[in-house]
Amino acid sequence: MIEVNTAGEVWVFAEQHAGMLEDTPMELMSKGRELADILKVPLAAVMLGDTCQEMVDCLAHYGADKVYLAEHPLLEHYQSTSYAKVIHDLIHKHKPQIVLYGATPCGRDLAPRVASAVKAGLTADCTDLQIGNHEVAKTGKVYENLLFQIRPAFGGNIIATIINFDRWPQMATVREGVMPMPEPDTHRKAKVVKEKVSLSQEDLALEILREQRQERKVNLKASRIIVAGGAGVGSRENFKQIWDLAHCLGGAPGATRAAVDLGFIDRDHQVGQTGTTVRPSLYIAAGISGAIQHQAGMSESQKIIAINNDPDAPIFNIAHYKILGDLNEVVPMMIKAIKEKA
Amino acid sequence: MSYKCVVLVKQVPDTKRITGQAMNADGTVNRAALPAIFNPEDLNALELALQIKDRFGGHVTVMTMGLPAASEVLRQALYRGADEAILITDRRCAASDTLATSYILSCAVRKRDYDIVLCGRQAIDGDTAQVGPQAAEKLGIAQITYVQELLDLEGDRITARRNIGNGWQEVRAKLPILLTVIDEANEPRVASARRLMKYKKARTPAELADKADAKALEEKGLLIQQWDLDFLEADLKWCGRDGSPTKVHRIQSVVLTAKETKNVEPTQPALNAMVHELIVDHTIG
Ligand SMILES: Cc1cc2nc3c(=O)[nH]c(=O)nc-3n(C[C@H](O)[C@H](O)[C@H](O)COP(=O)(O)OP(=O)(O)OC[C@H]3O[C@@H](n4cnc5c(N)ncnc54)[C@H](O)[C@@H]3O)c2cc1C
Ligand SMILES: Cc1cc2nc3c(=O)[nH]c(=O)nc-3n(C[C@H](O)[C@H](O)[C@H](O)COP(=O)(O)OP(=O)(O)OC[C@H]3O[C@@H](n4cnc5c(N)ncnc54)[C@H](O)[C@@H]3O)c2cc1C
Repeated sequence: MIEVNTAGEVWVFAEQHAGMLEDTPMELMSKGRELADILKVPLAAVMLGDTCQEMVDCLAHYGADKVYLAEHPLLEHYQSTSYAKVIHDLIHKHKPQIVLYGATPCGRDLAPRVASAVKAGLTADCTDLQIGNHEVAKTGKVYENLLFQIRPAFGGNIIATIINFDRWPQMATVREGVMPMPEPDTHRKAKVVKEKVSLSQEDLALEILREQRQERKVNLKASRIIVAGGAGVGSRENFKQIWDLAHCLGGAPGATRAAVDLGFIDRDHQVGQTGTTVRPSLYIAAGISGAIQHQAGMSESQKIIAINNDPDAPIFNIAHYKILGDLNEVVPMMIKAIKEKA
Repeated sequence: MSYKCVVLVKQVPDTKRITGQAMNADGTVNRAALPAIFNPEDLNALELALQIKDRFGGHVTVMTMGLPAASEVLRQALYRGADEAILITDRRCAASDTLATSYILSCAVRKRDYDIVLCGRQAIDGDTAQVGPQAAEKLGIAQITYVQELLDLEGDRITARRNIGNGWQEVRAKLPILLTVIDEANEPRVASARRLMKYKKARTPAELADKADAKALEEKGLLIQQWDLDFLEADLKWCGRDGSPTKVHRIQSVVLTAKETKNVEPTQPALNAMVHELIVDHTIG
């Protein structure tokens, strides 16, 4: 059990497979940087693997002040028992105050195992993280600068803010794609701390026989925000507006079959009966009529914004926000509104 | 070789069916108004255990931690073919987070001989998918998460295919092991009519008004076992509120009152106001 330690660092688990860093650690780095700056402590990335030296620079460019590097031949392939053991030992040694993991299949396999071993709390699948104070109602005692771990639960119907005030580190897995990717700064350098790893064959519980990973172009299902364009967008060039709006929201671009058939965007992005079914927190439909086959894939979105210049477009029947107008005017205004708020 | 399986199952509110009636006046979810169901992926875990028993022989024990009303999922497991069902119920379990829940469940699993512990991947209310891996760690055994297919069981070796999001992985491990099972793994069987007739009268002691009834049920093999934390010899320091490092600071409901539509003018001030609203309710930002 680790005591509250306000001088502790903010850590990000740097998930990599076969020498390739995932996107999630970079996304976490932008939020981690913000938290570390508020708390006035260093931001560190923790990377495990066989030979990882080459990825260290990348972590520095994305905001890490420090990189803890645990290299060992037995860490070449991720598996829960060996990775959890090493991270558990590192947490005990350095006592970070916050440890963040991507809520990827790997992060959600690993983090609970670490949390159980460290006997620390773990909040699942967060969509936001903030620093704030908590007052215990009964005693009036105030705990300052805690990590507010904000997550949807109950099938997305509630948003819970979870804290841990008496047992640390404060650990969370963070949903993929919800934190914006920071701009890399190629001048940044990080201090590299090489950690000694002692592992034996017994620490590897699994024998990995075969594996196949597709290069993932877009993961609509994991996106909390989707900005979809239809035939009304008009051209592949004009579809750039959809990409821009998606990027500034940290979301993914989606499309109707008509838009895909017209060559505006690749088929991976198609939402609907013959595409992907999605259930994001926010679905923005621009230039989409709202055919039943399209609705089949998105009607359960928690909030729907529809932009269409036809007042009778069926998409308006399921929209929470109706914007009757030309998408070529509305989309740039929305981008402006978002950039100014952020 | 035959295998002893322990399946961990949870009774959950049917969060997929939240309607206006299931909301309190203050906008929070009224759990009591939601039907209580067998957590969907726990049915896949149970099915996998029953298939192992059908193929290799063995024994299937089902355990749940919850209020006495959770006995219903145990009966449903008996209807489908479970050999034994156990309710873990104790007021001191209340407010357990996943760390405390997994500790309590691991104490219960240790009371039985087991080769394979099976969990659903995720419960549809807490939605954390943490209890399986944490229970494995507490038991000191390995885990195979997101099992989509059991490929082989031979002696003390298990081979399974797991779904790793953007692909799959085939792994082999030594028993004992804990598996978390996803919905792609199988199509859960329905209750057998014969077993339903037999077990519909099965009860846990907590459900009986009269202690004397327990004796009669027990003689007919219809008394569902009920364990408390004393029986589990659990260290109370790791249970319930005290054993839970995570605390809820605040809960907000995000269910929109039905399909309320707002018209937004296509002007900069109106769009700014809409974006502001979406930031305030955590939809974006
Ligand atoms: C078996 C089957 C399966 C299908 N599966 C799918 C599926 O999986 N996914 C899918 O999407 N479709 C699917 N479809 C096709 C579906 O029926 C529709 O044809 C398609 O969704 C229409 O796409 P759209 O809304 O982009 O185009 P349209 O219906 O042509 O709508 C374009 C919209 O853009 C608006 N618009 C035009 N210009 C502007 C502007 N400047 N500003 C604002 N609005 C503008 C128009 O008012 C109109 O409402 C399927 C069809 C079949 C028969
Ligand atoms: C809004 C909300 C948010 C929460 N967030 C967190 C959080 O971020 N971190 C945290 O630690 N706790 C959290 N909790 C508490 C958590 O929901 C409970 O600890 C719960 O008992 C187990 O978690 P789960 O429902 O997420 O189960 P999961 O971990 O999703 O369940 C996985 C599997 O474990 C087994 N299992 C789970 N519970 C039981 C049981 N009672 N009996 C038998 N088998 C079981 C089942 O096989 C199930 O399929 C939250 C609770 C609420 C209400």
